[in-house]
Amino acid sequence: MKNQIRQIFHSPKFTVGFIIFAALLVLTVFYPLIVTNDPLEMVGQGNFFKPGTYISVSEAVNTNPYTLNLNASSSRLEQNLSMEERMAMADWLNQFAGISSKEMDVTDAGGLVSLWKDHYDSASEQKGLIAARKKYFSRLDKKITGLLEDTDVLLAEKNQETGEVSVKKTIPSTSYVNVKDVGSRRVFILGTDNFGRDVLTELVAAIKTSLKIGFIAGLIATTIGLSLGLIAGYLGGIIDDFILFITNLFTVIPSFILLILISYSIGKNARGVMMVAIIIGLTSWTWTTRSVRSQVISLRNRDHVNLSKLSGHSLFRIILTDILPYIASYVVMALILQISSGILAEAQLSMIGLGPATTTVSTLGLMMNWAMSYSAHLNGDWWAYFPVIISIALISFSLNLMNTGLDQIFNPQLRE
Amino acid sequence: MSEEKKPVQNSSCLSGTGVTKIFGMGKEKTVAVDHVDFQFREGEIVSIVGESGSGKTTLSKMLLGLISVTEGEICFQGKPRDIKGYRKKKEYWKGIQAIFQDPFSSFNVFYKIDQVLLDCIKMRGGARLPYEKKVEMMTEACRFVNLKFEELTNKYPFELSGGQMQRLMIARIFLLKPAILLADEPTSMIDACSRATILDMLLKLRDETNMTIIFITHDIGLAFYISDSIYIMEHGKFVESGTAEAVILNPKAAYTKRLINDVPKIHEEWDLSTV
Ligand SMILES: Nc1ncnc2c1ncn2[C@@H]1O[C@H](COP(=O)(O)OP(=O)(O)OP(=O)(O)O)[C@@H](O)[C@H]1O
Ligand SMILES: [Mg+2]
Repeated sequence: MKNQIRQIFHSPKFTVGFIIFAALLVLTVFYPLIVTNDPLEMVGQGNFFKPGTYISVSEAVNTNPYTLNLNASSSRLEQNLSMEERMAMADWLNQFAGISSKEMDVTDAGGLVSLWKDHYDSASEQKGLIAARKKYFSRLDKKITGLLEDTDVLLAEKNQETGEVSVKKTIPSTSYVNVKDVGSRRVFILGTDNFGRDVLTELVAAIKTSLKIGFIAGLIATTIGLSLGLIAGYLGGIIDDFILFITNLFTVIPSFILLILISYSIGKNARGVMMVAIIIGLTSWTWTTRSVRSQVISLRNRDHVNLSKLSGHSLFRIILTDILPYIASYVVMALILQISSGILAEAQLSMIGLGPATTTVSTLGLMMNWAMSYSAHLNGDWWAYFPVIISIALISFSLNLMNTGLDQIFNPQLRE
Repeated sequence: MSEEKKPVQNSSCLSGTGVTKIFGMGKEKTVAVDHVDFQFREGEIVSIVGESGSGKTTLSKMLLGLISVTEGEICFQGKPRDIKGYRKKKEYWKGIQAIFQDPFSSFNVFYKIDQVLLDCIKMRGGARLPYEKKVEMMTEACRFVNLKFEELTNKYPFELSGGQMQRLMIARIFLLKPAILLADEPTSMIDACSRATILDMLLKLRDETNMTIIFITHDIGLAFYISDSIYIMEHGKFVESGTAEAVILNPKAAYTKRLINDVPKIHEEWDLSTV
């Protein structure tokens, strides 16, 4: 046993898969201990806030400022001039100021703007440019002028009685606050979703629920498949025919269609996480039955089984001690695949709106569903769906990798 | 050896008429055993000799009740054999045991060797014996086949050599002392020297318990050396049968003659010298 485990971890495929999977598990266990917020708390008002650190503006204003002799305008330029605008500026300078493109560097916004300020004149003739283009450039010029301005921001206060407004505070452009000094802040590493929830926290909770669904579905499917396969394969005869008939019946109807029909018919209210897991498990055992059955058939006439019979062992004992241990590795592999396909099945079901109808937990499928129905993919709000896809892919990839690794160990034909 | 053979007049313990086994159906049909008739007597050593694929193992599995009989009838101790159901089978297997052809696949690799032997003691009704007594019995059984129980205990079958496994199988028989033993090439992996000793052991066991031994082999010389009667099997049929002397010294079927001629020269001389 120990030897076998050591052998398993000698397989690089299994080990890599195991590490990824274990990392995901560790994440789902320890992240909630560190970040104790409710994963479904709707923090943001409005949808799809970008990833980043959010600090309170009013608190920032009232926090002790530090004066830094930094040219704030240059970083503003870097931030606010898009690549497209810079290319347009470079084009203009090339065409009308005769500056060769070698002298310009569009990645250096400051340099480009200073050239621009030196040469641009909205009154110049600009031969060959249509009016709309000319207007575009003058607008761009205004924008740049605005960005370069370093005026102080005034905070005013309204006198309650007179209604007069008086300056309370001036904030020069060189004044900075240290983010650490601002108490009210929140980091959204993956932004927020359409409900204003913290995507990362929600994602971790979703991975946990999805793994749970996968485990339950996989265990149910494997238990049913294993028992039926063992009985059918070992006993043979009429019982085998009967089990095979039922298995074929379930195989002819694609299990996903069955899944949809059952999910739909039990209605929204009954469709909790547990229910969905059970339904997935109940519709996906057929291939485990088939493969266990064929394994058992090849085992049942082996001499060690015959010897066990001759030693007077009961049917139950033979199945348990002479058949099961020989297919155990195979069953583990089947379980791993069932877990993986259970997670995918939940994601598929949820995507078409037949997943767990719940507002109390999130699953990977539901997160996808929400992101899609709020068109996150059309608006470039990648943080709402991309991490979910990556998570699904990682889970499925790691489980399949573990499976292939095990397969190579237990199936000598596949060994290199 | 053959001079010592007792005249055989004992009652029939296992007999069959028209016993047939067909594997598969339609085009892939294999007739492994084809309408064979036989009669094995109590205390007799019977050899079934035939080349590879002639259906010897299949016949022995049918005799053991491990696979179904397609056609024909088997009689056990004079009465038609009835082994329907787990209880009757278990009772049947108290009287008939086997040594399988391939020792490597004969043991459950997940259980220690002790378990195999303990099961035998249990089968003989010794489940409640004190453990020391059981160890004593197992040690004795191992000594019988030139194995040391102390070296084997707590080992797994795959830690043994093929020959050791075969000897362990024989040790099992020593503990079980069945009325009938079906030995399917029981010494194929044991060196020639120990082979003679072990065969002698089996013969001794036969003398002690009046066990019927059905010996399956390729080796017609060996069959002649140990058996009272011989059945020659070719393509699922018995082409010749009779007492060892009659079959070997006076072969009628062409197949038997070929088998005898295939025996290497040294063997032949040795065979003739024993007559
Ligand atoms: N379970 C089975 N299914 C189909 N065919 C089988 C099966 N078992 C044996 N056979 C076929 O029956 C024939 C006889 O096989 P068997 O094992 O009885 O031969 P054998 O005489 O024991 O040979 P050997 O000396 O090599 O052990 C062979 O042609 C074999 O292919
Ligand atoms: Mg054979």
